[in-house]
Amino acid sequence: MKATEIAEKVLSGEMSARSVVEQHIEIINNIESDVNAFNLVTAEQALIDADEIDSKIASGETLGPLAGVPISVKDNLCTRGVETTCSSKILEGWKPPYDATVIEKLKEAGAIIMGKTNLDEFAMGSSTENSAFGPTRNPHNLELVPGGSSGGSAAAVAAGFSPLALGSDTGGSIRQPAALCGVVGVKPTYGRVSRYGLVAFASSLDQIGPFANTVSDAALTLEVISGHDPRDSTSIPEKPLDISGVLNQGVEGMRIGVIEELSGKGLGGFSQDVVSRVEEAIKVFSNAGADVESASVPASIYGLSAYYVIAPAEASSNLARYDGIRFGPRTEAATTAETMTATRTKGFGDEVKRRIMLGTYALSAGYYDAYYGKSQRVRTLIMNDFAKAYEKFDILISPTSPTTAFPLGDKTADPMQMYLQDVCTIPSNLAGHPAMSVPFGSGEDGMPVGIQILAPAMAEREMFQAAKVLESESGKGIE
Amino acid sequence: MARLAQLALSEDELDAFTSQLAAVLDHAADLEALNVDDVEPSTHPFPLKNILRIDEPGESFDIEEVFEVAPDIEESQFRVPPILGEA
Repeated sequence: MKATEIAEKVLSGEMSARSVVEQHIEIINNIESDVNAFNLVTAEQALIDADEIDSKIASGETLGPLAGVPISVKDNLCTRGVETTCSSKILEGWKPPYDATVIEKLKEAGAIIMGKTNLDEFAMGSSTENSAFGPTRNPHNLELVPGGSSGGSAAAVAAGFSPLALGSDTGGSIRQPAALCGVVGVKPTYGRVSRYGLVAFASSLDQIGPFANTVSDAALTLEVISGHDPRDSTSIPEKPLDISGVLNQGVEGMRIGVIEELSGKGLGGFSQDVVSRVEEAIKVFSNAGADVESASVPASIYGLSAYYVIAPAEASSNLARYDGIRFGPRTEAATTAETMTATRTKGFGDEVKRRIMLGTYALSAGYYDAYYGKSQRVRTLIMNDFAKAYEKFDILISPTSPTTAFPLGDKTADPMQMYLQDVCTIPSNLAGHPAMSVPFGSGEDGMPVGIQILAPAMAEREMFQAAKVLESESGKGIE
Repeated sequence: MARLAQLALSEDELDAFTSQLAAVLDHAADLEALNVDDVEPSTHPFPLKNILRIDEPGESFDIEEVFEVAPDIEESQFRVPPILGEA
């Protein structure tokens, strides 16, 4: 059932929050052992929270727009007193002494947290295989990956464990798993949603966003979690978004550009079936009255290279805090320095070690200008090229991922092949722009394909209007 | 690099990581061809500057909760192994 329908029925008394939560726990009990979407299911607390919602409704209290709606949250979002691991041994057993701002906002809105979802360790990966607690599997085909790094959140929504989930997106970690699992996934404008309480990976790129089965559910969730937060100094001083009011306004007269560099004509590695779905999406938009043309963002092809310098550089610095001194497990050794090294060596997985070393290298004195400095300049180029494209277009589109879901183990031995999964999504993170993935048909293998809709900074409303149009025609067999 | 990053790696791990990291750096070599000397570097996507909070005391974390998740404490302090010399 849709989140908006659940909230409506709970608020009107037609359904109790407890019955909603019980139904979802039953689905989790039936298939979670196959999917492994969760690091932790908080079923007991969810029932307590549901009873509280029901008693508030009985006593006539006013409740928020997500009253009684189950939601799963990525395990890199701090939840007070509830284990938050980032799927890393280095945080195993760690219970944060505070809630992330988004968790506070969800609770205020009446949402019920079902558990903490699996991810690639510290959100570093594109398949949710780099987890210390085992991989998550794609609910549509258990032999395939769900994408990543927010693969647990995408799988939780696709499997029906909860109609909503939260993830984080540094280079595509919401949009790519959304595409591979056939759900809606949104990366808002950088600063739109507070990062307070999101365990930092690459601070200038990280952004929290929603997963949902429908565009309108994703819009409602983003409305709830957006807005200024003084506890995040990069938070944009704006009111929470109002998207629902414009959601059905359509795309008549909208200027839509198809990014040629990222749609199979520039960079290689795109499956033909994914490219075909983009061509069908173009027809949908044209039929709905939009003016669709080819667009060029030339520097976008350098996004991957710049990202795999900038993100590891920021990560190497952010992850210096995991030293076994103040929190998390410690591996004892003779001195403090040896304790830190032993704790980090034992606690971090291979991909995290790779990226810490890559970032340490990129920031080291002899290579700083050649790698980090240059990448920051390329970041500006990408922003400039987007700005030029947005002089002609209101929104842009591309595939979300170059392929549909791939088999477990397919890319784990070759990190560079895994990184190429994010080629379409990374440019929006570097620019700080909003982008979302909308399910649109399937590939030859029957697995879902996602279309990415990109918009200029702060233009989430136009992005959602287009998403709604695309959703309404998805799976209809476009002529 | 591993030493700088406070990581201890075996010879086998060093070999594997070295070739994997070389592949990533090779990919990044496509940036070398770009002339960006006249382009300003971006550290941040949104032009916010000097964001300071009002200097007044706010609510802090519960100290008991903080110590509950610490690996080793003694009298309201984090306890660590020796830093210099003998214990």
